[in-house]
Amino acid sequence: MYVAVKGGERAIDNAHAWLAEERRGDTAVAELSVAQIREQLKLAVNRVMAEGSLYDADLAALAIKQSRGDLIEAIFLIRAYRTTLPRFGASVPVATDDMACDRRVSATFKDAPGGQVLGPTFDYTHRLLDFKLAAEGKAPQAPEARAETASTPHIMSFLDREGLVQQEDASDATPPDLTREPLELPADRALRLQSLTRGDEGFVLGMAYSTQRGYARNHAFVAELRIGTVPVEMEIPELGFAIEIGDIEVTECETVNQFKGSKTEPPQFTRGYGLVFGMSERKAISMALVDRALRWKELGEDNVGAPAQDEEFVLYHADNIQATGFLEHIKLPHYVDFQSELELIRKLRREAMPTQEAAE
Amino acid sequence: MMSTDPDAERKAWMSLLAKCRAPDLKRLWSAYGATPGHSILRAPEVGSVMVRGRSGAVGSAFNLGEMTITRCSVKLETGEDGHAYVQGRDPDKALHCALVDALMQSTASASVRAIILDPLQELAQARQQARASKAAATKVDFFTMVRGED
Repeated sequence: MYVAVKGGERAIDNAHAWLAEERRGDTAVAELSVAQIREQLKLAVNRVMAEGSLYDADLAALAIKQSRGDLIEAIFLIRAYRTTLPRFGASVPVATDDMACDRRVSATFKDAPGGQVLGPTFDYTHRLLDFKLAAEGKAPQAPEARAETASTPHIMSFLDREGLVQQEDASDATPPDLTREPLELPADRALRLQSLTRGDEGFVLGMAYSTQRGYARNHAFVAELRIGTVPVEMEIPELGFAIEIGDIEVTECETVNQFKGSKTEPPQFTRGYGLVFGMSERKAISMALVDRALRWKELGEDNVGAPAQDEEFVLYHADNIQATGFLEHIKLPHYVDFQSELELIRKLRREAMPTQEAAE
Repeated sequence: MMSTDPDAERKAWMSLLAKCRAPDLKRLWSAYGATPGHSILRAPEVGSVMVRGRSGAVGSAFNLGEMTITRCSVKLETGEDGHAYVQGRDPDKALHCALVDALMQSTASASVRAIILDPLQELAQARQQARASKAAATKVDFFTMVRGED
């Protein structure tokens, strides 16, 4: 018989006190400030904002400090905090055409209007550890050049004008929101994009990589990858007009994919799309590839049974907070569950091995 | 080109205020001097706004994620209402932005513009210019090595 018990409060309190001490680490080493994390671990902050689905660099930096650098734990903290905020409304869709680009590259057109701008990239570095960073040095300074005021139009718009690329349906209808309604299938593209942009970077990368290796290959070119700042505009109910309420940094990836045509569509290029909070290049490219793979039905392609084509598989496993919540709960007490398992296995053994049991 | 939108000016200053850095505004607000007599219509309140994007940059809207925002509304003793919807979670910034919005509709607008808005605009432009200049320095110049048809 199982007897319900309670207890462990003191052990829990002491465990948390030790956690706090361990978080601080060696007190002979200066304490890390939230501002230092925000400024110097910016890409970790970006990931926590993107997957926490809340753009606030100070909160993300605080969460990283509290979680001792465990980014999924930090994302969990941000998701929990987010639920406490009243929502004042929704923005006008951001116009990424007007982005103040820090980086903008195209793998398809060398001479794109606006040019190829590398920005602060890891590309073309040699991936050799830089031991100079281990010593304190002077703050580095980037060279400057005269900035042109010319706009940088989306590269896809050129293909669009020629009619070579599949058209997007533009509607201003209120998109479904998986933070308000449970995710139900089939999901439309808006819901898939929301799910992917807050999905786990590693998971979305793995899914995207699988399409490149041949599981629902759709041969993507990066037509354009841009990183920069866009203003966020919202209608203010008291005023009856829209104002800019802030600036956010985003990464946008547009892929152009081969498409031979189908029963319903002529031969043309098709698109995949990635848009992610912060400087999150790997995630944005991954998102675009998975977005494209999930579009097989609307483009009339064959379902080849690849994981990245399986909406249920992708969308129900992309969220690292759902995943880790279910995964990690199995370490918590399951004494009653296990007691019943134990009794069952003893009973089965008694039935399966009557002579042996009798002999014992 | 003059805008025909009657709200264009107010829209511009509210946008500038929403995006300014809190320490800059704090400094300029002190430089402006005494806080005008006012009542609070809505105390600074922190919340979120769902930011939307467009699928394929030009298609239908989708929900990208939320951002933090603080709103606040005030009424000056002289009768003008001021509103603020500003990025982040800084109640003082929201209050100051609402007061500036109200003052900009009052007889004090010229001095508020000179002491607060113009410097904020310059700071914003300088920041944007600095980033644009660094980006421009990383622009690739291609030159042809060997032409294929030779």
